Amino acid sequence: MSLSDKNKMIRRAASEIQDGMTVNLGIGFPTKVLDYLDPGLSVCLHSENGISGVGPTRSINEADRNLIDAGGAYISTLPGAAFFDSAVSFAMVRRGRLDLTILGAFQVAENGDLANWAIPGLFTPGPGGAIELAQKARRVVIMTTHQDKKGRSKIVGECSLPLTAASCVDRIYTDMAVIDVTDEGLILREIAEGLQVDDVIAATDATLLIPDTSVSTF
Amino acid sequence: MKTTDKSLSIKTAISKINNGDTVMIGGFGVPGTPFCLIEELVNQGQSGLTIIKNDANETGMGVDRLLENGQVNKLIVTHIGLNPRAVKMMNEKTLEVEFCAQGILAERIRTAGAGLQGFLTDIGVDTDLAKGKPTTTLDGKTLLIEKALTADYALIHAERADVFGNLTYASSARNFNPLMAMAADHTLVETETLLEIGDLEPEKIHTPGPFVDGVIFLSELTENYGVIKR
Repeated sequence: MSLSDKNKMIRRAASEIQDGMTVNLGIGFPTKVLDYLDPGLSVCLHSENGISGVGPTRSINEADRNLIDAGGAYISTLPGAAFFDSAVSFAMVRRGRLDLTILGAFQVAENGDLANWAIPGLFTPGPGGAIELAQKARRVVIMTTHQDKKGRSKIVGECSLPLTAASCVDRIYTDMAVIDVTDEGLILREIAEGLQVDDVIAATDATLLIPDTSVSTF
Repeated sequence: MKTTDKSLSIKTAISKINNGDTVMIGGFGVPGTPFCLIEELVNQGQSGLTIIKNDANETGMGVDRLLENGQVNKLIVTHIGLNPRAVKMMNEKTLEVEFCAQGILAERIRTAGAGLQGFLTDIGVDTDLAKGKPTTTLDGKTLLIEKALTADYALIHAERADVFGNLTYASSARNFNPLMAMAADHTLVETETLLEIGDLEPEKIHTPGPFVDGVIFLSELTENYGVIKR
C-alpha cells in the first residue's frame, strides 16, 4: 500500500467530522484525520485520559510533561478545554455525549461487530477505552487497511478474534473502499481511484452489496 | 483545635505495605504515575503483589520495574500495549493479567471510594470480559454486575498537597489519582509541592484530606517524570 493510498483514506474519513461535534479519535490513522480538517471547523476533541478540548500536538522541545493524549502524544489544549478524572471521562462517553468516534480494527464483521483489542497468544494489548467508545459513541467509524500484512481481509463474515463490541460499526474507511454497515449487510459506497469494484470484492472476505447506481471513487 | 500533620518519610510510608497486598497506582502513562513511591517499593522488595493501574508503563519505568523485580503476581489493567515485558509474561503465564474496560475500571474504583459494593452496566456484555461475571436483568436488558474494586494501599502522585493531605493534580496527571485516593484502605501520596495547612484554596482542592493517610514530599523529581524522547 503506497503512502498516497493511506492519505486518500485519511482525507476521505476526515469529512466525517462536522462543525460542532464532540469527537474521540483512536491512536494511529484516526488521529491523522486532523491534518485534513478545515481550520475554521469548531470541534471538541475528547481524550480518554481526561481532556475535552485537545489542541494540536507539540514537539518534544515544547512538550508539557503533564499533558498527553490517550496515545501518549504530547499535546496542547484549546481555549475552553477542561481536565477531569477517568470516571468523568467515561461518564461523558457512556452518557452519549460523543457524536463520533473513529477507531482502528483487527476485524470488522458484516453485522458491524468490531474486534480490535486482542489477538490471543500473539498480541493482546488490552481494550483501553475502546469497548465504551464502540458501544456508546453516537456514530462509530472504522479506519483500517483493507487487508492485514499477510493479505487477509480485515472485513469478514464473522469475527474470529475476541469482540470489542457487537453490532457497533456504522461505516468503514479503508485504503480500497468506503463501506456502510446496514441492516441489509455491507454496502459498497465508494472505491479508491484506480480500482474496479471487482478488485474490492476479491479483496474482501465478506459479502458486499453493490448498489444499482454507480459506485463513486475517492 | 488544629489540623493533623500527615507528612511521612518515603521509607516509613512504603514499609507499611506487606507481601501479598493489593496496591492501586495512579497515572495514565507518565502523567500522574508516582515513580518515586514505586521505586521505593522496588527497593524494599515486597512481593506477591496485585497491582491495579490503567497501564503497565513502559520499559524501565514504574510498573515495569516491579515486574522486572518479580514482585507482581497479578495486574488489573486496561492496556499493556506499551510494555513488552508485561505482554511476554502474560503470554508465558508467569503473570496473571485481568483486563477491564477503561471506564469500568475507573467506575469500579470510584464505586469503592464511594463506599458502595458495585453497579450495573451493559458495557462489555457481548465480550469475553463478561465471562464469569454475574448478570441481572433490568427493564428487559441483560446487565453485568460489576464489583467495587478496593485495595490495601493506593499510591498517588499530586502536584500540590498540604500536610493534611488536601491535594491538587496537574492537567492530564489527574486521571485515576483522585478515584484511587478514595478507594483504598490506606492512601499514600507523593507531592511535588508541600504546603502548610491553609495554603491551598478550599474551592480548588481535587481530593479532600480525610481520604489521605500519608504525604511524602519529593525534594526532586527523577528523570522518569520528564518528557519521553521517542
